[in-house]
Amino acid sequence: MSDELASRPSADERRAVTRRRLMMGLPLAGAGVCGIAFWKMLAGMQSGSFNPHDINAPVTGRPVPVFTLADQTPGTGFSAEDLRALSKPVLINFFASWCIPCIAEMQALLSLQKRLPIWGVAYKDKPENAAGLLKHAGNPYARIGSDREGRVAIDWGVSGVPESFLIAPGGTIVWHSAAGLDGDEVMAGLDNVLKRIGA
Amino acid sequence: MSPELGRFALSLACVFALAQTILPLIGAQRRDRRLMTLAPGLALGQLVALAASFLCLVNAAITNDFSVSNILENSAVAKPLLYKITGVWGNHEGSILLWAMILGICGAAVAAFGRNLPSALKARVLAVLGGVAAGFELFCLTTSDPFDRVWPAPLDGQGMNPLLQDPGLAFHPPILYTGYVGFAVPFAFAIAALIEGRVDAAWGRWVRPWAVAAWAFLTCGIALGSWWSYYVLGWGGYWFWDPVENASLIPWLSGTALMHSAVVVEKREALKIWTVLLAIGTFSFSLSGTFLVRSGILNSVHAFAQDPARGIFILGLLGLVIGGSLVLFAWRAPALTAGGLFAPVSREGALVLNNILLCSLCAVVLTGTMYPPFMSLLFGKTISVGKPFFDAATIPLAIPLFAFMGFGPMLPWKRAQLWPVLRRLWVAALITLVAFGINLWGLSGVLPVLCATFAVWVIASSATDIASRIALFRVPLSQSLQRARSLPRSAFGAALAHAGVGVTVLGLAAMSQAQHRIVEVHVGQTERLAGYDWTLTGVKTEPGPNYTAMVATIEIRHNGHIVTVMHPSKRSFNSQNQTTTEVSIHTNGLSDLYGVIGDRHGPAANPTYVLRLHYNPLAPWMWFGALIMAMGGALSLSDRRMRVGAPRRAPLPDAVAAE
Repeated sequence: MSDELASRPSADERRAVTRRRLMMGLPLAGAGVCGIAFWKMLAGMQSGSFNPHDINAPVTGRPVPVFTLADQTPGTGFSAEDLRALSKPVLINFFASWCIPCIAEMQALLSLQKRLPIWGVAYKDKPENAAGLLKHAGNPYARIGSDREGRVAIDWGVSGVPESFLIAPGGTIVWHSAAGLDGDEVMAGLDNVLKRIGA
Repeated sequence: MSPELGRFALSLACVFALAQTILPLIGAQRRDRRLMTLAPGLALGQLVALAASFLCLVNAAITNDFSVSNILENSAVAKPLLYKITGVWGNHEGSILLWAMILGICGAAVAAFGRNLPSALKARVLAVLGGVAAGFELFCLTTSDPFDRVWPAPLDGQGMNPLLQDPGLAFHPPILYTGYVGFAVPFAFAIAALIEGRVDAAWGRWVRPWAVAAWAFLTCGIALGSWWSYYVLGWGGYWFWDPVENASLIPWLSGTALMHSAVVVEKREALKIWTVLLAIGTFSFSLSGTFLVRSGILNSVHAFAQDPARGIFILGLLGLVIGGSLVLFAWRAPALTAGGLFAPVSREGALVLNNILLCSLCAVVLTGTMYPPFMSLLFGKTISVGKPFFDAATIPLAIPLFAFMGFGPMLPWKRAQLWPVLRRLWVAALITLVAFGINLWGLSGVLPVLCATFAVWVIASSATDIASRIALFRVPLSQSLQRARSLPRSAFGAALAHAGVGVTVLGLAAMSQAQHRIVEVHVGQTERLAGYDWTLTGVKTEPGPNYTAMVATIEIRHNGHIVTVMHPSKRSFNSQNQTTTEVSIHTNGLSDLYGVIGDRHGPAANPTYVLRLHYNPLAPWMWFGALIMAMGGALSLSDRRMRVGAPRRAPLPDAVAAE
């Protein structure tokens, strides 16, 4: 009788064994899901539909988000209405005095402001520090707002400073660069867009 | 020593590796001793072939053979000899060859040191190692050939990224890879055990030294990389939660868990399935890290030549190695019998808790690292996960880990009572309380105070552990010394490694209080930071061998007395059109003064310079602690018990022996 019991496991034991087997299969299932995802990523990278290195701003092609920025010396702040009311394109540039690439970018901005107006946003910066930077390096900005908390930057989808957005008349974001504007490639990209929108 | 010879040797190694995989596996299955005893010889042969191949590449680098495209792209005549040699593994192709060679060394080490292993187990372990090696050698030969030629050969090479021309980075990859690859041995043991369907105390005893050795190397490799980024990149930071850094931290965390759970297998024959899974998981994480970086899926500052075609090959290899081992695990692991029982409050219980916390940490880092590409794939959103997430998610898990590290090693096996252990720790608790008071006064922020306090707790309780084992102050000193001599070295090693964790965490906690300023100054101007007066006294231009440098002189005074004069510089490399910053660091062991010179602005007559000044308290302790951890591992490895007198396995019925 005991032999019979040993050779035929009870329903409970069978369930326990099944449960054990399912649990041991979990790592395999997890690895399988990751493997399929990686394969999709690689396939996407080869066909060009997936680029993990791209910083794509979610706001390109959309109207500017609603925001209001306080004054930042030596300029006056601005809001979404100001941008919508414009009849010429304007470049919005997020900068900070603590950001070395931003300081490096200032020379390029100073020459660029002769071609189109640049409005600055001091990102997570103390007003006196931002004002100090502009005093030393020169002020390329027609208007400057202060985004002390960095909340407006979140609405704009800023990934880090310096970051620039080109606003077409009517307040649409038509171009975006997450790199400093002192590189040739970036400037060529900006030139193309400016030509396209006829400015 | 021509490159073709190198390629031939690599192909030969690949053939050896394939033979090392297939023949011993068949032999172990059929219990055919002749086939099984082939394994060690094949492993040694594979290593010799790999070494020859590697030497060919080194030779090509030293003799400036720019007809080899790998040398052309990464070397130049003007490069110093040391970097010509170390540059061999500073690029994708060469580093894969190095990876394969270290795997070969691991296989040969198992062949040479594993004399007391049962022949079937040894054959299977070597077969698994051979299989992994064959995969990497095929990868090297087919998609990343280091011996590829170009014609016509140019007169000079394109040179190496100047950032990589640094002694710290020269030896970072071999040490780190030894850590990664070293976990292949516990992995091979796990696969062999699954094939045999048997995990016992002896298995735990055999696996543990390999896990400890790999862990010690990985610890050193990570610390060296972090130190390099601190003094070379000039950002003042030491850890950036960059995907490549995380890719090394993930196997380190799971490897740490493996090292501890293997103790439970060895001493109590419990946690067997879990340990096998950890061994598979740790090596899988090591492999996946390489794949994610080399294929370009993860967005990292570590730029390898990224190539999705290579990625597909490695993904296939990963699928085979990881997928295959997990299939085997799902199929065979349920058959492994459960071992010794234990009460929740016991040494085993503490080690289970250690595993839970370490694996949770591992899961957090894994999630944070993989979240951006997965979000990008599933929802098309660009997201970056950074320091705020990792700090908020890891520290609350790390603090209980440090708390339990204190008394875990003092709990007896099987069943323990908490109170007697805690009572023995009253001195350590008192020291911790005093430290808490000092930290409250000296540090700002809740988490740094808690981390620093528990770091002191870890160090104090590790010392208490050793003191109570040798009955210090309870028996005469001579008797204590005698006890210390007879105490196994692994006990000292464990306490030392734990204390090392404490030292590192103290450094990390203090670094949260680091101060820095970015200033733009004229020559002669003085700035104040952390109680020091930093004066830029001069800037001059100096020519170097293949660069020109702008060298600043900064005098640092404390209360009017000069502390040090530092010379940070900025080098512009002629051939690469690249600049590097040479940080100047003055350390007194307790804090680092760290100066960086940036751009020159303004008119040539009266220019201003951007300076970045850092005050980094206890910075050296972070890496020093890691070194102590690794030394703890080494001390534990030197324990005779790790090598000899392993528990004998009950003999299996052996077909050959029965003849």
